[in-house]
Amino acid sequence: MRIAVIGAGAVGAACALALTEAGAEVIVLDRVGVAAETSSRCEGNILVSDKGPGAEAELAILANRTWRELARRLDGDRMPGQPATEYEAKGGVVVAFGASAGVLADFAATQRAIGIRAVPVSAAELRELEPHLSDAVEAGVHYPDDAQVQPSLATQAMLARACRLGAEFRIAEIIGARHAHGRIIGVETPDGVIGADAVVNCAGPWAGAVAALLGGRLDIRPRRGVILVTTPMPQRVFHKVYDADYVGAVGSGDAALQTSTVVESTPAGTVLIGSSRELVGFSAEQLLPPLTEIAAKATKLFPFLADTMLLRSYFGFRPFAPDHLPAIGADGDVDGLFHAAGHEGAGIGLAPATGELIAHAVLGSPAPLDPAPFLPTRAGLRSAA
Amino acid sequence: MTRRVAILGAGPAGLAAADAALTAGAEVILLDEGERIGGQFWRHHEQLTDRRMQHQHARFAQLRRAVGAATVHCEASVWRVDADRGIRVHALLGPADASGREAITIDADALVIATGAHDRALPVPGWTLPGVITAGAAQALAKRDGATIGARTVVAGSGPFLLPVAEGIALAGGSVVEVVEAAGVGAIARGWGRAPWRLAAVAGKSGELAGYVGGLLRRRTPYRFGQAVTRIHGVGGVEAVTVQRVDARWRPIPGTDRTVECDSVALGHGFTPRLEAAIQAGCDLSTERFVVVDDRQATSVASVFAAGEITGIGGADAALAEGAVAGFAAAGGALDDRRIRGALRARTRMHAFAARLDTHAIRPGWTSWLDDDTIICRCESVTRARLDEYAAASSRAMRLATRAGLGACQGRTCGRTVETLTAAGVDFDRRPVLSSIRIGELARLHHAEHKEQE
Repeated sequence: MRIAVIGAGAVGAACALALTEAGAEVIVLDRVGVAAETSSRCEGNILVSDKGPGAEAELAILANRTWRELARRLDGDRMPGQPATEYEAKGGVVVAFGASAGVLADFAATQRAIGIRAVPVSAAELRELEPHLSDAVEAGVHYPDDAQVQPSLATQAMLARACRLGAEFRIAEIIGARHAHGRIIGVETPDGVIGADAVVNCAGPWAGAVAALLGGRLDIRPRRGVILVTTPMPQRVFHKVYDADYVGAVGSGDAALQTSTVVESTPAGTVLIGSSRELVGFSAEQLLPPLTEIAAKATKLFPFLADTMLLRSYFGFRPFAPDHLPAIGADGDVDGLFHAAGHEGAGIGLAPATGELIAHAVLGSPAPLDPAPFLPTRAGLRSAA
Repeated sequence: MTRRVAILGAGPAGLAAADAALTAGAEVILLDEGERIGGQFWRHHEQLTDRRMQHQHARFAQLRRAVGAATVHCEASVWRVDADRGIRVHALLGPADASGREAITIDADALVIATGAHDRALPVPGWTLPGVITAGAAQALAKRDGATIGARTVVAGSGPFLLPVAEGIALAGGSVVEVVEAAGVGAIARGWGRAPWRLAAVAGKSGELAGYVGGLLRRRTPYRFGQAVTRIHGVGGVEAVTVQRVDARWRPIPGTDRTVECDSVALGHGFTPRLEAAIQAGCDLSTERFVVVDDRQATSVASVFAAGEITGIGGADAALAEGAVAGFAAAGGALDDRRIRGALRARTRMHAFAARLDTHAIRPGWTSWLDDDTIICRCESVTRARLDEYAAASSRAMRLATRAGLGACQGRTCGRTVETLTAAGVDFDRRPVLSSIRIGELARLHHAEHKEQE
């Protein structure tokens, strides 16, 4: 069976790897190259801490375990052109200011009920975990299972492994599709038609546009996120540290600018500071409000940051699904067309589990969990479209 | 109502723009990151600078007097330029490493971008040894401080800029062993006629260039054409270089190596325009990656003008003429105004000179003098072999995997070279924030604007 995967970001690479490992003949197509967009413009979160009980939390818990094993496999056997994933199970620390401490404690209790390790920590314990945290922070929750990869490198590593197992990678833009009897039989590129028995749309924030090109339907929109990177320094941030209001912002559908602080160190010694969310299309304009608001909130969490230098900043577009769940599975209208998109800020973390769900949908291999909540045909996604 | 014109850069282009805008009746705000106005061309120090290195000093003195009527901010780090809803420039005042810099926000009716160029040095095996600097750095050291990097310097690369660099080193007390120019005699004859200093008469540059060549002759410094420094030798510092003949594509010709002893090397292979501010403002670029301007030096963005090296490498005289036109137009002046006629004529003349600089443009064969382990990105110590390993990845993926261009200089030094080696448009000069800024300084802007709204 020959499968075309469209998009060489983290989700496309993970789908290609899962499908190749399951024995399919896979060709990955991307208009720019591996990890050219969203997967090179994000933080590489593999989080369980920001998920409340529900389908996405189940997927996140599964993906968290899968990443641990996958990173070991990828990094243990590298080849030229395959970078290390920089997987690090550093753990997350979520902190709350003032009155929101109670809300955070309640949220953590619901997480513990579904098996997430969420350990309440006192002010003193917080200082042991993060000595440079602001004195104003009085309560927090420690999530030992939160992890991180360098997202671009992890994507490259997954694709390199897939190619080593026989997948083909080609730079080509999709301009249309070929159908026969209501079934997709190939995709059109400027260089000709590429025949396929199945097509998997992993085009991230462009997945809606690609779905339309292929005759299908998917409501995925770009949500802009800005990240600040400091100059390298001796390590002063030891976990992924974020403000409890992050959880609210992730689940929000508000179009206006929202920011919530996420701070962490990288192996290169830089500190990454996020995060913002805006529904502004694919716009590069008006970047100052998110940049300055992120900076203001981060210095409130870690006062020492005020005197550190910004080395660079960048922004990317996350694939936003109106009902906040990724769309994974068969298209409702076109046979042979599948989607794996709409993970918003969780695409890196959820990628390996998404790949397994796609292998189930396309090839019928065992499903790692109930696929129903994520189906692109679900009411929540259809009604919003 | 008086028009308010903001000008980025106080080199020849920016100063001429300020002068012309003032003449046309505008209010002018001039910003420059340097300690004092003058840019790289008139880099100086009141006590340390040798007057013989101050070319066109009378013009500088005139411009300096003229901009007395402008608001001039030196040591200004412009970190953000927005031109999508009117023009707004954000800057911080004070030494870049100082804390407590004053933040200023300038709203203007028009903007002139005159940010100039970095000098460019191609990598050569051994170029990370102490004693190797760029030609521009050697020149700056000589002009500003009257100092040299060593006692015996080889000046190598391409273009007429090597001549004032050699002159500067000599005037600062150093000795130039050789000037090594990669463009061949044939190419130079085709580009310039038989001798560059004679043909440059077209542009009125003959006196200046002939003076440099005369200086070389007097000091018995060889001026080699069609040759390149292809290796730098030494342990702990420069001890010698290998000079080789190169073909028309700058490929070294085997069997032509010579060893030249020296203790320092100044490398200069032309210039890279500093496009970040223009890109951030939204200005269209040409396929050669210069800012596209019309007769009025107007860019594709309303009320944004550009002048000098960012519109095409042409040297100080072209920059002065373009700057004057840009400043005049930005202030609302018309091109048929007689006060701008001289600058328009000079611009035409200097563009003829600039076209000839193509003779010295980098040719692709230079990459064959690199070794696999030659460092390309100096901040992150990325070798040529490492870049080759990821040449097939997307530009962002390549950068993140190799770390090329992710260090302190953010690709300002290696960017174009990385693009050449990976055959990819890396786009290093597209960045949301233009210069060094503290997180706390960014935060203060948020607090200030938040208060404004309340």
